[in-house]
Amino acid sequence: MKWLLVALMVGSTTAGEVLQAAGMRHHGEIRDFRPGAIGRAVALLARNRFVIGAALSMAVSFFAFMKLLSMTELSFAVPVSAVTYAMETVLAKYVLKERVNGLRWAGATLVVCGVALVSL
Amino acid sequence: MSGRPVSSLRLKTAICTAIVVLSNAFGDFFMKRGLPGSAQLSTPLDYIATLFQPWVTLGVLLLVLWQLSRMTLLSWADLSWVLPVTSVGYVLVAVIGRVFLNESISATRWAGIVLIMAGVALVSGGTAPSTVQRHEAKS
Repeated sequence: MKWLLVALMVGSTTAGEVLQAAGMRHHGEIRDFRPGAIGRAVALLARNRFVIGAALSMAVSFFAFMKLLSMTELSFAVPVSAVTYAMETVLAKYVLKERVNGLRWAGATLVVCGVALVSL
Repeated sequence: MSGRPVSSLRLKTAICTAIVVLSNAFGDFFMKRGLPGSAQLSTPLDYIATLFQPWVTLGVLLLVLWQLSRMTLLSWADLSWVLPVTSVGYVLVAVIGRVFLNESISATRWAGIVLIMAGVALVSGGTAPSTVQRHEAKS
């Protein structure tokens, strides 16, 4: 049950975060932080298909995380979610077409190893 | 890229990253603090009801702030930059767990924390936040 929840959380988080990044790139850089402009940005984003898909995936991820938190220690539940780093970095390169250079791969690898150690 | 001073983008990125990290770590902490044992989460209604317990509500509000600030950051920064850099939150969560929830930090965990910090330093100090062309926001 514990690992089923972990799998559900990792899958939905990965899908949600890649969709969110795609949606925000599609929207473009947010520069105006006045309340009216933020309201207009939110209204536009609410109709962005990528952002809607991301929100649905994140909702699944959120409830899976909540259930997992109620069963395990915070210091297990949070670090185990770092598996998403490896998956998302690969997707950032091949789906989002980001230029993931050597430093970014090295950094992501260190983070994944570090998170694995923290969860031991 | 526009002719804006690089320092203003750097400041905006730093502030936004700090909000992402802090709201995530404290959101998780308040969720854990407010959540009941597993037995009480059996029906969908239980999940909804739990959302209205004070600590959980505070946690959820912080996690909403986390998502909004993360979306803002992703509007100009790469996912493969945001992911490692915001992972400094894991370190913060371990420290919060130790200070407020009396969870222990073993030698192995400290080693993990050092690796995470090294990864964060490599990516944040060594690569620019954005490598792809973006257009102006429509609003």
